[in-house]
Amino acid sequence: MARAASKLSRFNIAALALGFAFLYLPIVILIIYSFNASRLVTVWGGWSLRWYNEFFNDTAMIDAAWMSLRVGATSATLATLLGTLAAIALSRGAGFKGRTLFSGMLYAPLVMPEVITGLSLLLLFVAINAERGFWTVVIAHTTLTMCFVAVVVQARLGALDRSLEEAAMDLGCDPVRAFLAVTLPLIVPSVAAGWMLAFTLSLDDLVIASFTTGPGSATLPIRIYSEVRLGVKPEINAICTLVVALIAVVIVVASLASKISDARGKSAAPL
Amino acid sequence: MTEDTAKTASEADSPQSIPQPASGTPLLRIDAVVKTFGQFRAVDVLSLDIHAGEFFALLGPSGCGKTTLLRMLAGFEAPDAGRILLDGKDIAQIPPHQRPVNMMFQNYALFPHLNVRDNIAFGLKRAGMASADINARVNEMVALVKLDGFEKRKPDQLSGGQRQRVALARSLARRPRLLLLDEPLAALDKKLRESTQLELMELQRRLGLTFIIVTHDQQEAMTMAGRIGVMDAGRLEQVATPRELYEAPRSRWIAEFVGDINLLEGKFETSDASYPTMARRVAIATSEAGTIYVAEPREPLTKVNLCIAIRPEKVKLSRRAPASDDARAINRLDGVVTDVSYLGGMTSYKVKLDTGAVLRSSMANTARLDLDAYSLSQRVVAWFSPEDCVVLEQ
Amino acid sequence: MSAPSIFTRPARLAAIAPYLWMALFFLVPFLFVLKISLSQTAIAQPPYTPVFDVAEGWEAIKAAFTALSFDNFRLLASDDLYVLSYLRSLLVAAISTSILLVIGYPIAYGMARLPQRWQAIAMMLVIVPFWTSFLIRIYAWINILQHDGLLNQILLALHVVSTPVVWLSTDGAMYLGIVYSYLPFMILPLYATLSKMDPALLEAANDLGASPRQAFWRVTFPLSLPGIGAGALLCFIPIVGEFVIPDLLAGSDALMIGQTLWLEFFTNKDWPVASATAVVLLLLLLAPLLLYDRLQRRQLERA
Repeated sequence: MARAASKLSRFNIAALALGFAFLYLPIVILIIYSFNASRLVTVWGGWSLRWYNEFFNDTAMIDAAWMSLRVGATSATLATLLGTLAAIALSRGAGFKGRTLFSGMLYAPLVMPEVITGLSLLLLFVAINAERGFWTVVIAHTTLTMCFVAVVVQARLGALDRSLEEAAMDLGCDPVRAFLAVTLPLIVPSVAAGWMLAFTLSLDDLVIASFTTGPGSATLPIRIYSEVRLGVKPEINAICTLVVALIAVVIVVASLASKISDARGKSAAPL
Repeated sequence: MTEDTAKTASEADSPQSIPQPASGTPLLRIDAVVKTFGQFRAVDVLSLDIHAGEFFALLGPSGCGKTTLLRMLAGFEAPDAGRILLDGKDIAQIPPHQRPVNMMFQNYALFPHLNVRDNIAFGLKRAGMASADINARVNEMVALVKLDGFEKRKPDQLSGGQRQRVALARSLARRPRLLLLDEPLAALDKKLRESTQLELMELQRRLGLTFIIVTHDQQEAMTMAGRIGVMDAGRLEQVATPRELYEAPRSRWIAEFVGDINLLEGKFETSDASYPTMARRVAIATSEAGTIYVAEPREPLTKVNLCIAIRPEKVKLSRRAPASDDARAINRLDGVVTDVSYLGGMTSYKVKLDTGAVLRSSMANTARLDLDAYSLSQRVVAWFSPEDCVVLEQ
Repeated sequence: MSAPSIFTRPARLAAIAPYLWMALFFLVPFLFVLKISLSQTAIAQPPYTPVFDVAEGWEAIKAAFTALSFDNFRLLASDDLYVLSYLRSLLVAAISTSILLVIGYPIAYGMARLPQRWQAIAMMLVIVPFWTSFLIRIYAWINILQHDGLLNQILLALHVVSTPVVWLSTDGAMYLGIVYSYLPFMILPLYATLSKMDPALLEAANDLGASPRQAFWRVTFPLSLPGIGAGALLCFIPIVGEFVIPDLLAGSDALMIGQTLWLEFFTNKDWPVASATAVVLLLLLLAPLLLYDRLQRRQLERA
């Protein structure tokens, strides 16, 4: 399949087209409706920015958005640091005592239902009498997103040519310097991609944030959720569109970064 | 295994043999080194001396342990037993970045995020050289490998041959005591390979450095190296100059591994001195070629079951039997040509002898119009001199 | 996993920080869940008893230990509400995973057969919705499915129905939401496995007389089983504990276990029962979790 130039059957093309339409249509509709001047969904009132206006005047929402951005940036940074370290250990560390447990712990949050992780973290915070707010959410999100970063970075580390590090050592670097001088520059794009992934995941999380946040530190998803429970509000459309736009920017940057990484990562091997 | 230092009187001084220092410690002494991976013994109690200024080749089939040995010299693997002495000092446990040894990697391992200059300067920066000195050395290296004008390029903007030069320049920049080359020409095409071989040899001679090259390509080893160490299954089978390896293989395996060979198995018959003007001869009764006379080997034969090895170019063909008093043609065998392969510079024949064996004979095409060439099913006489045979114990 | 080398020792040191973090913030909390699940609810802060207070000394702690009980678990087992909730969750997850497999496989297969350049773009197109806020995507469906939403408008305009159909608050809407959200999780592992398949295998099958359909079932499908396993588990396990989607899209008569847990915790403020619910859920998921871990390790080590 990797080298396939085989013909796509009509069934294949139909499956692809339908699949992607299914994935994108609801979001596209949402974006369009965010510009609907009319409050009602049934009526198209013309193009308007009034819902965006309403959002920018809604202090509660703005506070929540700001909170989400801060939590996202902080937890993404922490998660990237720890996740990269974990990836290094797993890809270069060969076998060590507790490796199975380590990788199990690391990858469990990927599949674990969020209600369980959220509840367990909250109980921990209560038991140690921690004040719930910004930092508890940051810790929770870091724990959740660390494994995503580790997966991304580990994949890159695994694909890198080992002889580059050996060459660096041959030319006078000790193992740590070899890593910093040669490997690190080559995985930076993947690390950056990992950061962005962790950021968007944090921005998006509802369940864990609900469990671990404190009074006055609502994140954007929490606010959106409480509004949505009461019914569809056009202002939400505008907020969602803005978030989608932000994430689209992040994705474009991430994919550019990974393109650069791909180009560099091929060691200068003979064809 | 000790090296074969005997030279016969007829041996010409090959242009590749570098005069060995009569005494003094070798630059590199590998002393009973062992390396195992799990159950598998990659290097099996191997000892070898390499002298300063040598161009030495480690030759062997894949899996023989030559790359493992090279990596131990570079420091990427540590031997489980034995010593590696460089200038008399044991470096076996010293990590690679502290050894005065550099390696040129098979896939070049050029740093993709650095340009040519920075790649070459990499090792120099680690050595703490002043930047003026670094610049001077880099310029020197670039000129040496003839890459002037390419300094600002990144590896992905270079051709395979150019990348190889950068790798070479980078590994020479620190002026190592010993340069290790891991199949350096494997990825180049034939024409480029040939010119690069000569360049490498010239470079090594000019700089007076010691090179150890690992290769599975016999041609390469024979062309470039002053001495070759043939390895199989973790052991050194023979260490000799290319000529000695080819003309005086120590075992059947080596005779077969290096170049083409005819092998005739037989039993010792008599030792014969009927021709006092020539060296003593030994008669061997072969199973498929009758009695063959070979020159008596220097070391006395201990076994009865022997194997005669003759290189194809030493087997001559003629339509009629040569004159019976031609002592060199005492081994004469009748047969039929069963295969003719025209290879341009020479023609290779397969002759099925009346006595059963199949001999290979190759003759140089010295004239453009060869009206004497033999054809299929032609009856010929294959003959060879006793001096051209090597006796191997099975 | 690489063979031991000079890099091994420094690399292992890198594991320390993440190891400690995960041990503290992932493993240890489970112990608390277990402990609370064995406690009783109380009108107090924190809303459970007994509380292990180290300051009160060893005797108090021993007394607190004896106050622990399995009452909450007995409640879960005896009350139909909970049993049904677990069963519903498992059923919904199973059905959803099957739907996801049926829909996702052709898409992944189509992607794997695209020319190389297009494959990268297709991958991006699949990942982008995944990065787009999950909540927003569900909300987008609410927008379309609501009483006077777009779907009903279209159906009315085409005279397919005469009155607006109730789409929301149904199981159908919930399945739609689940499939929509988890599709990338099913497609990506499948695509990863399918794209690594050697096309020469199919050519060999054809050469030996197999029709395209036979070649698919006898060569492609069996070879894609690891991808199917990974994708199925990657979807099944989290769906069992789903909260947001059933809460927003499904009816309120039968609850999935995620909703039950949320209810117990936030509405009833009954932390012990909520914890017990979590413990049982974890036990139910233990087998699939271990299976997933084994598959994951094998995949990563092969890479």
